[in-house]
Amino acid sequence: MIRSASLRFATLFGLVFALSALALVAFLWFSTANLLDRQVEAAINADAQGLVERWSEGGVPALLLTIQERLGENVDDDAIYEVTDSLQRWVAGNLNQWPVKVETPGVFYELQVVRAGTRSLADVRRYDLPGGFHLLVGRDVRGRVELRRLLTNALFSSLLVIAALGAAGAFVIRNVFRRMVAEVSATAEAIAGGDLTPRVRRSGRGDEFDRMAESINTMLERIAKLMDGVRQVSNAIAHDLRTPITRARARLEDASLHARTEGELRAGVERAVSDLDNVTAVFHALMRIAEIEVGARRSAFAEIDLGPLLADLAELYSAVAEEHGGLSLRLEVPDTLAILGDRDLLQQAVANLLDNAIKFSPDRGHITLAAARVDRQVRLSVADQGAGIPEADRPRATERFFRGEAARSTPGSGLGLALVQAVALLHEGSLLLEDAHPGLRATLVIPAMSPVQQMNSDSSAPHPEDTATLPSDLRR
Amino acid sequence: MRILLVEDDPTVAQFVVKGLREAGHVVEHSDNGRDGLFMAASEAFDTIILDRMLPGGIDGIRLLETLRSQNNATPVLLLSALAQVDERVAGLKAGGDDYLTKPFAFSELLARVEALTRRGKSDGPQTKLLVGDLEMDLLSRGVRRAGQKIDLQPREFRLLEYLMRHAGQVVTRTMLLEGVWDYHFDPQTNVIDVHVSRLRQKIDKPFPSSLIHTIRNAGYMLRPE
Repeated sequence: MIRSASLRFATLFGLVFALSALALVAFLWFSTANLLDRQVEAAINADAQGLVERWSEGGVPALLLTIQERLGENVDDDAIYEVTDSLQRWVAGNLNQWPVKVETPGVFYELQVVRAGTRSLADVRRYDLPGGFHLLVGRDVRGRVELRRLLTNALFSSLLVIAALGAAGAFVIRNVFRRMVAEVSATAEAIAGGDLTPRVRRSGRGDEFDRMAESINTMLERIAKLMDGVRQVSNAIAHDLRTPITRARARLEDASLHARTEGELRAGVERAVSDLDNVTAVFHALMRIAEIEVGARRSAFAEIDLGPLLADLAELYSAVAEEHGGLSLRLEVPDTLAILGDRDLLQQAVANLLDNAIKFSPDRGHITLAAARVDRQVRLSVADQGAGIPEADRPRATERFFRGEAARSTPGSGLGLALVQAVALLHEGSLLLEDAHPGLRATLVIPAMSPVQQMNSDSSAPHPEDTATLPSDLRR
Repeated sequence: MRILLVEDDPTVAQFVVKGLREAGHVVEHSDNGRDGLFMAASEAFDTIILDRMLPGGIDGIRLLETLRSQNNATPVLLLSALAQVDERVAGLKAGGDDYLTKPFAFSELLARVEALTRRGKSDGPQTKLLVGDLEMDLLSRGVRRAGQKIDLQPREFRLLEYLMRHAGQVVTRTMLLEGVWDYHFDPQTNVIDVHVSRLRQKIDKPFPSSLIHTIRNAGYMLRPE
């Protein structure tokens, strides 16, 4: 029972409830007692003042007479008076003897007194009169004791009520908890059992539990999607690697069984080696993508100037483009464009995009490699005038081994865009595939270096352009 | 050339030893790090081919670091099944001169080993490169063939410079991509072939004999006919 979280919450709830009730009673007690005390003190003061006035008018006899009168009129029977002479002998009043403790005049004392044979609690004050007489004025405060007992009783009986209410509340809380937890754990158990389809049921109230159920369901959707991806990838690996391996094996076996001349044998072996090289390349690309997706390459991040990097790639590829059906490659990139990233991977990503663009361009087509800073992002795009990717295929185009209808007849592994996508995600960016009317525009959107990052990493020699962009960035 | 191979896989080792011997090199082989370190430290080699992962307590990186700490500057080519870029960087940081990922084509290995050996020899700063009737002035950045001036783009100049520095050796496409462009990935298209063919248009086409030769299944070689 102690190990039940719902019970713990319930207990806590009851405890907080009881503590607040206790605090309320304590407050009531202290404020009431304080008020009573002040009333008693005011009454004593007023009483004493009257008596002293009477004494100054008529001397001791007048004082004694007044005391007699007042005692007579005191219906509540709570007034206490005593007058003694200089030798502390009793002269008048309703106390039998002078309380020993009361020595200093003008101070309130709270003490036990014996009056008419009964003990009770009293507040008293001493006044010294000329001629050696002492006057004691006080009030019986038994009422306050009564009040305290009353409040204590009320407290105890209310504690019972509190305990009952707390227990009831705790029970309700525990039940709500149980219901929620049971729902989640039933779903979790079903999933642990291998069925990924069940989801946590929602009450529809839109409360915290609903939100939790919702986020658990979102998580499950994501896991299911990932599992699906893994299954697809392993199927694709099985297919894409099995095919060239089978081919290589067939070629080797064929060569060993049927080759009649050394030349034929050699040719067969060489073709098998090239098939196996293909396998290695696919394998290598897969490992690379996995490595990037794990995020291990973030350690290689450094400040990169995209300007010269892209110009170099354009130079490398423009010759290829020209040879390949007279394509032209246009470069629209500023001289400097700083980002924080992995040089090797960005080069490879752009090279993949350019490879694709060249592969799918019609003769005499134009390819555009552009990069620009837009707000806080760098948009790096490669556009061609080829067939593009049909709208329906675009979401899947970045999956490993996915090859569209148009791509099936061309050589390739179906891993190019998957790698670009992985590189984009590593840089906390994204890969957009859009229609370039005609053709495909693949855009890598990567966060630009913030001015602060630039100043930190680049304090030795700031580029004029960086300092120029600085104020406008700070304004945002 | 005397070459030490430290490689524990018998098949790969046998294949490499056989190939290197066929290419005319003297090869010593060790199949573990301890013996490999002993041989590398006690004998003189022109190049060491070192597997990254070795049995027997001393792996390739340890061996290399120990060797470098003894001021042994023998060129080292690291072989590894670990293709991660970080692994390559770690290998070069430990003192490796080149890095080759398994599986590899023997032609690639041979070309790289021979390039390393050459590098170890010619340290002096050169101002002029000469191959046959082709000359390159590294200071004025001028190129002439048979006395005739040839205009080259900056990248073409670097490509030719690389080929001339490795004249008489096979240079693979990957080596050119790394050495001339400083790229460490495999492009899908044959970008290097296109650039070499453009260079040929300028260097070889107008002249009766060719200097740039295509080596089948390997790469290119610059040599006088």
